[in-house]
Amino acid sequence: MTAPAASSAIVLPAIPSAAARRRPSFRAIFGITVLLLMTGTAVLAPWIAPWDPGRQMLLKRLRPPAWQARGMIEHPLGTDHLGRDILSRILYGGRISLAVGVSSVMLSACIGVTLGLLAGFFGGRADAIIMRVVDVFLAIPYILLAMGVVFALGPSLLNVILVMGLTRWVQFARIVRADVLSIREREFVSGARARGNRSLRLLLRHVLPNALTPIIVVATLELAFMIIYESALSFLGLGVQPPTPTWGWMLSDGRNYIAIAWWLATFPGLAIMLTVLAVNLLGDWLRDTLDPRLQV
Amino acid sequence: MPSTMTPLLQVERLETQFPTGPGLVRAVDGVSFAIARGEVLGLVGESGCGKSVTALSIMGLVPAPGRVAAGRILLGGENLLAKDAEAMRRVRGARIAMVFQEPMTALNPVFSIGDQIASAVRAHDGGSRRAAWARAVEMLDRVQVPSPQERARAYPHQLSGGLRQRAMIALALAAGPELLIADEPTTALDVTIQAQILDLLRHLQAERGMAVLMITHDLGVVAEICHRVAVIYAGRIVELAPVTSIFARPLHPYTRGLLRCLPHPSRFGQPLVSIDGIPPDLRQNGAGCRFAPRCPHAIATCQTHEPGLEEREPGHLVACPVTS
Repeated sequence: MTAPAASSAIVLPAIPSAAARRRPSFRAIFGITVLLLMTGTAVLAPWIAPWDPGRQMLLKRLRPPAWQARGMIEHPLGTDHLGRDILSRILYGGRISLAVGVSSVMLSACIGVTLGLLAGFFGGRADAIIMRVVDVFLAIPYILLAMGVVFALGPSLLNVILVMGLTRWVQFARIVRADVLSIREREFVSGARARGNRSLRLLLRHVLPNALTPIIVVATLELAFMIIYESALSFLGLGVQPPTPTWGWMLSDGRNYIAIAWWLATFPGLAIMLTVLAVNLLGDWLRDTLDPRLQV
Repeated sequence: MPSTMTPLLQVERLETQFPTGPGLVRAVDGVSFAIARGEVLGLVGESGCGKSVTALSIMGLVPAPGRVAAGRILLGGENLLAKDAEAMRRVRGARIAMVFQEPMTALNPVFSIGDQIASAVRAHDGGSRRAAWARAVEMLDRVQVPSPQERARAYPHQLSGGLRQRAMIALALAAGPELLIADEPTTALDVTIQAQILDLLRHLQAERGMAVLMITHDLGVVAEICHRVAVIYAGRIVELAPVTSIFARPLHPYTRGLLRCLPHPSRFGQPLVSIDGIPPDLRQNGAGCRFAPRCPHAIATCQTHEPGLEEREPGHLVACPVTS
């Protein structure tokens, strides 16, 4: 932030309009396009997928992508060790991976941001209690915690989302608390209090909007993490159950064949990478747009 | 002219204390003053003398672990210290407003200034967004922000220090308070802008018949805008007088010292004067006048006997029995 010279000169620079400030950059357009493509194909999977993702064709197992020797045009991205069509499985897998990733990030953000705000803003006993709970969560390996909970509740899509959200909220809570600690000391917060605003209003209107930047950054990173996390749970048999395809599961399953069939792990890996990249670019743009100080 | 009937604000024997590790800090120790409707009272003193803590005590915003230990604060006859948190919250903004020192940080950086003023307007008297926005633009016009329609859409970082301070004043006045507490509102500004802001404050004060508690360490500001002045030293008021007599006939040695510190053309070429010594440790609760260790006129009784405020001339109170 550049501090303008303290003078009320008559010549004042034009203030960029809201539309101009929110004009998306190339990176933003790329991010939105990829994300829409991923979500669109995932939603439309039943209509656009060439094959049933669970259909095994053992005579056509481990076929490489269409452009390689032995490749078949009806399986553009090849087949896996059971002769299932990779493209179809990626399209269907996206449904689960994206839904699980987005909902678990939203759940953990809701919990973590709320508790982080309370801990940072009110301090004292609230802070002590919340941060001790955070310490406990950090001390227990989250996979172990997730295993315990899923064992108790039984594996299902909803339980996986719940467990992932409930074990990762500490990431948000810690970042938000740290930011709120400095924001609450800033003069505009005391100023708002001196104008008779209630604590809730101070939190929601003055503190939270100023803490959005790290929240967005953590959320984009966490989305990537959650997709991988889901595959780890699936790998342990606690996530979404096979034969339902997910990107994470395809990735870890394909690992066994990486020496003889690279396409098994590569394409779901690419799908995860593209999604994460798109979300990150979009997150960057969102952060810049929401923060007027970063506008030139 | 300020009316001298019933005062708007009466502070009586206010004591605000902060428990700290090494001892109890008596930041404000028995301060009493009154402000009439439409009056500008200056509260003058050096850093750490209790000016800001007095203001925060009136607002009910003394930061923990500090607390108001004794005294009464009457606003239009109601004791603010007896009010519960919710009642006090409704007093803030609506009846007492505050302007802060640092216009750089006192505005929320992520909302436009029009947005912030409009939300203060809506919080106070409701109404539609559109009406509140129109009111915000009108407020900006009232505090002489050029092209207020456009400036209302500006974010704080897009404005100069002077414009930000004007926006702060508009924000404070949005709810039409009876008392404005201005905590060093011009300290962070350069001299020409200071003069403009003081002009504006005086203009708005006269127009609205609003009382102002002007907290400052700058005697120039006092001369410019105040009707009466309270000089505060180490948590106590040492002299309280109309502005003309404080400059013409200062009675307390501390006030005299302060005035002597100002550069003057007649002493051109001579070194600047300062008051020897440092302010006392507010944790000590010793008897006697707190200024005695630094006072050139101190006599034996000053060390043992705490002087009270006495009216030496009509309206001119001083807490020093030695000087005349």
